[in-house]
Amino acid sequence: MKILEVHGVRKSFDGQEILKGIDLTVEKGDVVAILGPSGSGKTTFLRCVNFLERADAGTLTFDNRTHDLHAITKKEIAGIRQKTAFVFQSYNLFLNKTVLENVMLGLTTGRKIGRNEARERAVRALTRVGMADKLESYPIQLSGGQQQRVAIARGLALDPEIIYFDEPTSALDPELIGEVLNVMRRLAEEGMTMLIVTHEMEFARSVSNHVLFMEDGVIVEQGSSKEFFEHPKQQRTRDFINFILKVRN
Amino acid sequence: MDERVLRIIIDAFPQLLLFCVRYTIPITILSFALALTLAVVIALVQYADLKFWRKLCRFYIWIVRGTPLLVQLYLVFYGLPSIGVMIPAIPTAIIVLGLNEAAYMAETVRGALESVSRGQVEAGYCVGLSFWQIMRHVVLPQAFRTAFPALGNSLIGMLKETSLAATITVTEMFRKAQEINGRVYESLALYTEVALIYLLICTLLTWLQRLGEKKLNALGGEKR
Ligand SMILES: Nc1ncnc2c1ncn2[C@@H]1O[C@H](COP(=O)(O)OP(=O)(O)OP(=O)(O)O)[C@@H](O)[C@H]1O
Ligand SMILES: [Mg+2]
Repeated sequence: MKILEVHGVRKSFDGQEILKGIDLTVEKGDVVAILGPSGSGKTTFLRCVNFLERADAGTLTFDNRTHDLHAITKKEIAGIRQKTAFVFQSYNLFLNKTVLENVMLGLTTGRKIGRNEARERAVRALTRVGMADKLESYPIQLSGGQQQRVAIARGLALDPEIIYFDEPTSALDPELIGEVLNVMRRLAEEGMTMLIVTHEMEFARSVSNHVLFMEDGVIVEQGSSKEFFEHPKQQRTRDFINFILKVRN
Repeated sequence: MDERVLRIIIDAFPQLLLFCVRYTIPITILSFALALTLAVVIALVQYADLKFWRKLCRFYIWIVRGTPLLVQLYLVFYGLPSIGVMIPAIPTAIIVLGLNEAAYMAETVRGALESVSRGQVEAGYCVGLSFWQIMRHVVLPQAFRTAFPALGNSLIGMLKETSLAATITVTEMFRKAQEINGRVYESLALYTEVALIYLLICTLLTWLQRLGEKKLNALGGEKR
């Protein structure tokens, strides 16, 4: 079943075109890895898809309803956001709220769910990411890895149909990357649909089933993960994979 | 010190205190409340980037910060009646003090709003909150904490500025001291006395401000 389809996404900043027509289809249960060198437009693409940036052109189909990304209304955006979650590179937890409150806020205030049910759902989500023992902590009392897991729980509690991740481990110290990737790996195994911008090649190779490789605002290659890593079609893709693997080792 | 002066000081004390409690403090509190409310509105308008209103706010801040408070008081109390706008002295003092301080406090509040990372605002949108919900639950509480010390300083400043209301016939503490002095001619003693009362209240406020800061920090999960 198709969950998300975007077509011809374009976006310019200050007259410079950053996205030059990006297409992507996501099926339910897909884990899509978005790869590409720095500055290629991956973050911008993800932000356009979740309306944090307004695209200049393109369509987005979600729940079988197609929207013009440039003209989409606030109300339509709110409707789609009810069913999506976003995990930022810099966590962006609410610093004045405890871990529990961070996860509950979207439920109680955003969705008007009663406090008891919201609390239950929040605790369940926090349990899934292994953070149920830190309910009353404040974000600054947590390590980066813990903060990012709370941020994932904040998204999970909303019971989304898809979660977007923008380099969720790039801000983390190396020894903390694993705990976050493990949570994401588990979500993938449980069938969660995810769209992940990442530089973690090994993770992308082992967890994603679909890869989109972009450079300078265009898609260079996309296809099944296995195909992509084992038989990349484009020379540019081969160079990129080799380069990344070399940097890592 | 001779006995007469001592007598004057002692006799004046309860009167000064009475006018302080009856006028100086209420005028301070009311004008501060007005200033804070307006400052938050002005700051939010600029933060939310509401085009027309933003321009209006900048204009307002420009006017108020570019003219002396004393002139503003005179303008409203002695000037406006000639075009038929007559506001009694005490409300004039409250309104002018409040409107004046709002222009300065708005900058404080705006700075405090800007200090909350935009990422938290975006995260708020992503979990389905509206702009105003994000303001109410995430940005304003954090901004308040940041702005608290500066707001405390504003309050202390305003307490002292209420003495300017004496010039537009408001008999607050300072004008009361002037009146007593008019009868007994002991400027040095009486104005020293009134200065000490201001100093006492300001010291008390500073102490409360410190206490408040500590409380707020404990509340927000300062790193242990
Ligand atoms: N708000 C903005 N205003 C102006 N230019 C921007 C803005 N956001 C992104 N850009 C530019 O768009 C280009 C693509 O940025 P983007 O963040 O999407 O790249 P990326 O693929 O996510 O890179 P990285 O791997 O470093 O995160 C960059 O050249 C960047 O400078
Ligand atoms: Mg990026």
